[in-house]
Amino acid sequence: MTTPLAHYLILAALLFSIGLAGALTRRNAILVLLGIELMLNAANLNFIAFWRFGPHPEKLTGLMFVLFSIAIGAAEAAIGLALVIAIYRHRRTAQLDRLDSLKG
Amino acid sequence: MESMIKFLWLIPASPLLAAGVCALLARRQRRLSAGLAIGAISISFVVSCAAFLTTLHGGRAIRNFRWFDYGTTSVQLGFVLDPLGAIMAVMVTGISLLIFIYSLGYMAKDENFTRFFCFLALFAAAMLGLILANSLLLFFICWELVGLASYLLIGFWFQKPSAAAAAKKAFIVTRIGDLGFLVGMLFLYASKGTLLFYDGGSGCLEGGFVASTLICLLIFCGAVGKSGQLPLHVWLPDAMEGPTPVSALIHAATMVAAGVFLIARVYPLMTPESLQVVTWVGALTAVFAASIAVAQNDIKRILAYSTVSQLGYMMMGLGVGGVSVGMFHLLTHAGFKALLFLGAGSVIHGCHKEQNIANMGGLRKRMPVTFATYAVGMMALCGVPLFSGFWSKDAILDAAHDWRISQVPFYFGLFGAFLTAFYMTRQMCAIFFGKPATGGAEHAHESPFVMTFPLMILAGVAAVAGFFGTPIWPWFQTYLSGRKAGFDWPIVLLSTALVIAAIVLSGWIYSRASRENDPLETAQPALFALLRRKFFVDELYDATIVRLTAAFAMFADWLDRVVLGGLVRAMCWLTLALGRLDRNVDESVVNGGFDVGTETVRGSGKWVSRWQNGQVQRYLRMIGLAFCGLLLLLLWGSR
Repeated sequence: MTTPLAHYLILAALLFSIGLAGALTRRNAILVLLGIELMLNAANLNFIAFWRFGPHPEKLTGLMFVLFSIAIGAAEAAIGLALVIAIYRHRRTAQLDRLDSLKG
Repeated sequence: MESMIKFLWLIPASPLLAAGVCALLARRQRRLSAGLAIGAISISFVVSCAAFLTTLHGGRAIRNFRWFDYGTTSVQLGFVLDPLGAIMAVMVTGISLLIFIYSLGYMAKDENFTRFFCFLALFAAAMLGLILANSLLLFFICWELVGLASYLLIGFWFQKPSAAAAAKKAFIVTRIGDLGFLVGMLFLYASKGTLLFYDGGSGCLEGGFVASTLICLLIFCGAVGKSGQLPLHVWLPDAMEGPTPVSALIHAATMVAAGVFLIARVYPLMTPESLQVVTWVGALTAVFAASIAVAQNDIKRILAYSTVSQLGYMMMGLGVGGVSVGMFHLLTHAGFKALLFLGAGSVIHGCHKEQNIANMGGLRKRMPVTFATYAVGMMALCGVPLFSGFWSKDAILDAAHDWRISQVPFYFGLFGAFLTAFYMTRQMCAIFFGKPATGGAEHAHESPFVMTFPLMILAGVAAVAGFFGTPIWPWFQTYLSGRKAGFDWPIVLLSTALVIAAIVLSGWIYSRASRENDPLETAQPALFALLRRKFFVDELYDATIVRLTAAFAMFADWLDRVVLGGLVRAMCWLTLALGRLDRNVDESVVNGGFDVGTETVRGSGKWVSRWQNGQVQRYLRMIGLAFCGLLLLLLWGSR
């Protein structure tokens, strides 16, 4: 008795949607980064699910891919936080709606 | 002679160059400018003398050159070296040189010394160019330059309104004569086709060509204006406003001699009828001016009318006796009139700018050199036997006596000689004899050597110049190949007796006269007033020609202001109205249209720019929406 693929995909889609909603609606830059991490993890979940239900589950390719992806996500989080700190130092705020110096 | 013609251009060119350089000098460089002018005229004098020596045996050398071409014809100018021009050049350069030297003393205190020598040199250069010209055109150009220089010099003290007015009058009156000259010149060109005097047989003075009487009279108009003949004599007495050396230069060497020289130069052209006119004008002028001189009190004005009268004699001499008779008197007169004017300048200088002879007197003791030289000049002018004026005047009277047409000019000449002796004696008595009338004359002093030196030389010239043309030794007449001076004892005795009678009479009247009123005035007040006011010629011109001209000028002014000015103003208003209309159209229609267009563009730009508001999340939202829309479209399309 195994859970069908669709359940994983729906979970991943939900996770992605929550992440996207967070990234689009939150004002705080750190929470936006959090949303982006959620979307990344939704993608990782999809990788694992498609690997397990794919033609060659014994070859560990999906697992490897996700490991790299998590490493890249960690690096990305580090860069993102560094940017947020730099912006905060410069503008004394991390509220995204106040950072509009590129407006026309 | 042929070799001399190459250097002939130096005679007018060196003073011209000096004038040009002087014009560029600073006002304080007095010595340099005077040195330049005197040096230049000395060069001219030396070259003239050399040229004169080569013409002693007669003959003629010419040197023509092309000035410019038009179409197939060319305008030629040139220089001529012949006895007439050579002796004239020697006279002009010699007298100019002496006057230049004299000016060193006379103008020593004037602050515009440099300018004065510049103009003097220009004056001399123009006159020399005129003398040596071989083309009526070049002659006319130099003639006008002489007029210009005389204008500048008469008005030298232009701060004085009377001097400025006199300069203007001289310029305008001579211009009237010059208009005739110019028209005559054009007619001559039309009938002969050349204005060269001598051109190897085809010049207008060669080959027996005789112009029409009209042309001769028109050219004579120029001479009338320049030489102060009736009725254009009015400028000459007024020209006394200039500095005295200028008066001497104008009256002796450069200006008035030009008119007589013109007639002498174009003599071969003159018809017998035109020569009659010349004679009559000359004879009338001689008596007319001499009678005015009797009643004048300004020392220089007396001499000025005397010049007008003597110029009348010259014209008469040209008319009745030919070139040599008129020219002989021109040359002797140049000597003694320069002497008289410089002497008058010395008197004025010595009496502290006093010009009225009624305020002088007793200067014989105080200015001995001036007195002695002035007396020589006076005797030469009166025609006292053996002085230069005697011989030349006698030659004119002799020729007038032989004139076949009428004896009247002869009697005019005799009467003029009587008047001349009379007014000169009157002047001598008033200036040098009797008691000083004012403090100025009381404290008069002799002039410096630089002024008396030219006087002494000129006195020598005035005394002996006549011996070159005596009946016993008619060198001058042979030199100009003209009429031999006759020697009619009755005429000579008559004229001499008249002169001596005039001197004695005048001396007798004026030596006992009081200074306040002239004896003639008490005897004949009406006549004297007429003479004193110069026959009212100036008043007549003022009332007729000047007033007519002024009225016409006022009419022209009215025409200009009302009619032409109205037209211009109407055009101006029209333009202004058009401009206003244009501005309104521009502001309302064109600007409005553009404003609407640009507002639209700007508004739409503003509206569009709202989308780029710098909110990254908004962008992301849009991307998400667009992605969803695209996805739906694909799903709908793949179904």
